[in-house]
Amino acid sequence: MTQTAPAAEAAADAPPAIELRGISKSFGPVQANKDISLNIRRGTIHGIIGENGAGKSTLMSILYGFYKADRGEILIGGKPVDIPDSQAAIRAGIGMVFQHFKLVENFSVLENVVLGAEQGGLLRPSLARARTLLTQLAAEYELNVDPDAKIENLGVGMQQRVEILKALYRQADILILDEPTGVLTPAEADHLFRILRGLRDEGKTIILITHKLREIMEVTDTVSVMRRGEMTGTVKTSETSPQDLAERMVGREVLLRVDKAPATPGETVLDVKNLRVVDDKGVERLRGVSLNVRAGEILGIAGVAGNGQSEILDVLGGTCTATGTVLMNGEEIDLSGKHSDGRSRRRRGIAHVPEDRQRLGLIMDFHAWENTGFGYHDDPAYGSGILMDNAALREDTAGKMERFDVRPPNPALAAKNFSGGNQQKIVLAREIERNPDLLLVGQPTRGVDIGAIEFIHQRIVELRDAGKAIILVSVELEEILALSDRIAVIFDGRIMGERLPEETNERELGLLMAGIDHAPDDRPDWQVVEEQLKSKRGEVN
Amino acid sequence: MDFATLLQILDSTLRLSAPLILACLAGLFSERAGILDIGLEGKMLVAAFASGAVAYTTGSVWIGLLAAIGASMALSAIHGVASITFRGNQLISGVALNFLAAGMTVLIAQSWFGQGGRTPSLFGGARFEPVTLPFAESLADVPILGPIYADLLSGHSILVYVALLTVPLTWWVLFRTRFGLRLRAVGENPAAVDTAGVSVVGLRYASVAIAGLLCGIAGSYLSTGLQAGFVKDMTAGRGYIALAALIFAKWRPWYALGACLLFGLLQALALRYQNLDIFGIPLPTQIMDAAPYILTVVILAGFVGKAIPPRAGGEPYVKER
Amino acid sequence: MDVMPRWADVILVPVISIILAFAISGLVILGIGENPWDALTTMVSGALGSTYGWGYTLYYATNFIFTGLCVAVAFHARLFNIGGEGQAALGGLGVALVCLAVPWPHWALALPAAILGGALFGAFWAAIPAWAQAWRGSHIVITTIMFNFIAAALLNYLLVNTLKPQGSMDPATARFPEGAHLPTLAEMLNPIGIPFSGAGPANVSFVIALLACLLVWVLIWRTRLGYEIRAYGHSEPAAVYAGISPRKIIMLTMMISGALAGLMAINNVMGEAERLVLNSVEGAGFIGIAVALMGRSHPLGVLLAAILFGFLYQGGAELALFTSIPRELIVVIQALVILFTGALDNMVRMPIEALFLRARDRRAAKASAEPPAGPEAKTEPAAR
Repeated sequence: MTQTAPAAEAAADAPPAIELRGISKSFGPVQANKDISLNIRRGTIHGIIGENGAGKSTLMSILYGFYKADRGEILIGGKPVDIPDSQAAIRAGIGMVFQHFKLVENFSVLENVVLGAEQGGLLRPSLARARTLLTQLAAEYELNVDPDAKIENLGVGMQQRVEILKALYRQADILILDEPTGVLTPAEADHLFRILRGLRDEGKTIILITHKLREIMEVTDTVSVMRRGEMTGTVKTSETSPQDLAERMVGREVLLRVDKAPATPGETVLDVKNLRVVDDKGVERLRGVSLNVRAGEILGIAGVAGNGQSEILDVLGGTCTATGTVLMNGEEIDLSGKHSDGRSRRRRGIAHVPEDRQRLGLIMDFHAWENTGFGYHDDPAYGSGILMDNAALREDTAGKMERFDVRPPNPALAAKNFSGGNQQKIVLAREIERNPDLLLVGQPTRGVDIGAIEFIHQRIVELRDAGKAIILVSVELEEILALSDRIAVIFDGRIMGERLPEETNERELGLLMAGIDHAPDDRPDWQVVEEQLKSKRGEVN
Repeated sequence: MDFATLLQILDSTLRLSAPLILACLAGLFSERAGILDIGLEGKMLVAAFASGAVAYTTGSVWIGLLAAIGASMALSAIHGVASITFRGNQLISGVALNFLAAGMTVLIAQSWFGQGGRTPSLFGGARFEPVTLPFAESLADVPILGPIYADLLSGHSILVYVALLTVPLTWWVLFRTRFGLRLRAVGENPAAVDTAGVSVVGLRYASVAIAGLLCGIAGSYLSTGLQAGFVKDMTAGRGYIALAALIFAKWRPWYALGACLLFGLLQALALRYQNLDIFGIPLPTQIMDAAPYILTVVILAGFVGKAIPPRAGGEPYVKER
Repeated sequence: MDVMPRWADVILVPVISIILAFAISGLVILGIGENPWDALTTMVSGALGSTYGWGYTLYYATNFIFTGLCVAVAFHARLFNIGGEGQAALGGLGVALVCLAVPWPHWALALPAAILGGALFGAFWAAIPAWAQAWRGSHIVITTIMFNFIAAALLNYLLVNTLKPQGSMDPATARFPEGAHLPTLAEMLNPIGIPFSGAGPANVSFVIALLACLLVWVLIWRTRLGYEIRAYGHSEPAAVYAGISPRKIIMLTMMISGALAGLMAINNVMGEAERLVLNSVEGAGFIGIAVALMGRSHPLGVLLAAILFGFLYQGGAELALFTSIPRELIVVIQALVILFTGALDNMVRMPIEALFLRARDRRAAKASAEPPAGPEAKTEPAAR
């Protein structure tokens, strides 16, 4: 646990670095921020924690000039400021590292850093000057990046450093990071936190937005909790506990455990051997993955996003070609030929709840009833010959909505008009009620409200208990630990190892997720990872 | 084919390429900033008309040129409002502007001059006269190089030289200036530009305005340099050929020059020969007409290297977190 | 929830767009020193005031129904087919070859064959850009534009060099045999006692066009293929997830689209000219874009928009005859309709959405005593 930084003590009397007074913002009928007031002292790391959709990002977008608050005041260093656009935010000394990086892929690191903060109309002097400054910053804050590397050739950790460098190059005093660890391994995240502490000790103010309790407890000095657009309290991190924060976040006690009986696995349903995927840039995404799932068993695949778990789902779901052998109920399935599509997979008894339900699982502009047939639209039950029977589809949807408690239970409503949890229930109802032999589930509870999470977990466990095989992919370790009967950890396209949930813990899984499968030596995790990163960078360039 | 004929063909290649180069670079500025522009044709057409009409009325080709730029930029402004401010479909906007130009020029020409949608013929100060480069006459007698300088390079309208100079200028602006960096960035990832505190809207309007300016010059050249006056539909698909050249050049300035010279050469050959024999195979003039389009389709289908357009092209910018 | 009720989206917004387009057209007429009201009455009486006018209005409308459907079908797969012009030209070639190949005894035999010929040739001309997009990733908009020019060059070559009858100076095919003559509306209606002017070229193709509208409606909203086309149009990655092959959809959609454009030839080539001439399409392919945009890609909308443009075309011809307003006025109106219903859609939509939002806020304020929407309400707006 971190001690409150000395700089913060010294600045106790000074005006706060940021003060928000009564910020409110509505989007149409939805109030994203309600009367939010907040003081953040200079030289501290302040966490803002809340569930998806609690209004954290909206608040920060207001600070960075993306949205204009309907009401309220922003004070920087005690002076009221008006932030109509990003330019004004930068002038006010605010830097922001977005969840999705805002980098020009085919520009160099240097060009990205300089963009928008050039000195004079000609490019060369600006770039030369930036190069010098970048070297200084890199030395000062352990932010080593090759200034001439193209962004598209850098890993996500490196890209994030470029984003931080961009903010520092603009002399930001206040640095906002929005869910910065979503794409990082636990150890990469540790390195990031060390950088942040270093920045704080230099007197910078840091705002960390996250929904992960661990990060808040580890790195912040103070923390504010948001729930449904409101600020429900600000406390010193040293004076709170994860349970306390979790309750403040959801407004009631949370069940982190899922009630489930021990699995009674049957015969092997899916047997994957030496699966390899090369993407269209020629990068090998899966480098010989082998795994198997038995009937009545949930296999969890843990890993940092982007290490190949999505590709496993894509190959098995038929949206991506591969080499290797996959036996489904003992019969080989086609991985790259004419029958390597979603339709053929469904015929073989594989159902797929995709990771990104809004982009893949649903057509957002289609009615709920049209979405119920999605992927199964050539089912004889939904029509005859080339014609579709829309009435049959509507009726089927009404039943599914009732059984899966979709609210509102209106089949004619467009998918985009349901909340995240209810959209997920529509997809789950469609896939689970097909009674598949194998269910692929990606990020089942991402962006889903707490109430629906429990329901969704129950349904997945029920399907397992009905003797079906399930592959679960999730970036939430907690979810993997709670649901899986067996856990495979993936790193850089390889399965690093398999563990039983009752015999492992988050730390061990975290190291596996970073590609470290031996017992760690005395060095701290971040050092091991830093070396890994360096060697990987050498490979790419 | 003797040397003199060759020179004549190349000379007309240069004349016919000039409007293509200007329009192609116009498209380059616009598309590099992420705004697709299939309205090059329309912009050139209104410019050609405005230039012809105003030059005839005032007797000054320079005022005509200004009018051409103004008219072309007016269409650019509509394109900007539709595709930047109101985030409309850039392709549909371009199509609409091409029709608007085709209709309006004839409508106004008819009501202004009453000659069936054309302007009266221009002469004297209402046209761009050929410029003789220094020492062209005295060097004309030097073998080989003399005729090349005097007959091929010298003796074009000033706008031909403007077109040729615009190529290095475009390269310099795009790759050596702050504006160029930002312009290229906004065509690749506008969010990066926005969060860096630079106005996406401002940059895109600037690029669209430059496209208007260059199309204005191109159009003006058509009615006051290449020909003497405006006639209905006088751009005759040149905007689309420029668009084809832009793809052929993979959105790069020097390549654009090459592509436009090639397409200009095809036009020059089609003009000169009704039926061309190449190695005994008769090539009908229609093949020449269609060649730029066929070549572009071939390039687009990736048979001669892949053309990767700016990534944000055609996508209206909507702020996202 | 959607910001606007459905009727506002489907009817109010397009109607306002069209009113704006016509208001500006009126200003243009004023600007060239003519009276917009006189122009309108001239157009109405010329195009709709007599069965003679209707004969032309419906003839043009038939062309635009086919090309409008062509663009509309492609729009459903989010493909922008600007190539209707070239596809209709090739359709003309197909129809001409069919009509000239056989000494047809009766039109009832010739018409199905011609339909097949036109549709096949149109589909073929759309299939090449479709192939280039589906397999080679080239942009369909650019390739279809290029194919318009290539089609023009090809027909030019064929008509000048091969199809022209010997001794003729005219770049056109020979006249079609008598048996390939399609009955005009007059020939169909007069026998059953309905008087209709025999001068207008509207013919039995109009009935085929109406049938095409119905078939396209069934295709898009009642068949599995239509479902796949719409799903692909909304989201390609989602379609792939669902096992829908993008290549199949691109090929089929574009070929159906091209076939519809090609079908236009039974009207203008077989029904009216009765031979294939240079530039027989006369821009109808492009008007299809305006018609599809205005009709919101719905067959009924396309039908209404096509009749409106048929009226404009015939009315414009009358204007050019009786006033000093050139026919190009129609091109201007067409441009403005595309601009306002297509590119500037948001300009009309945004203020109307704001109005509806304000109305709803006011209702919500009134009902604020009641509890809010509950846990289903999303707390953050979806990114648009």
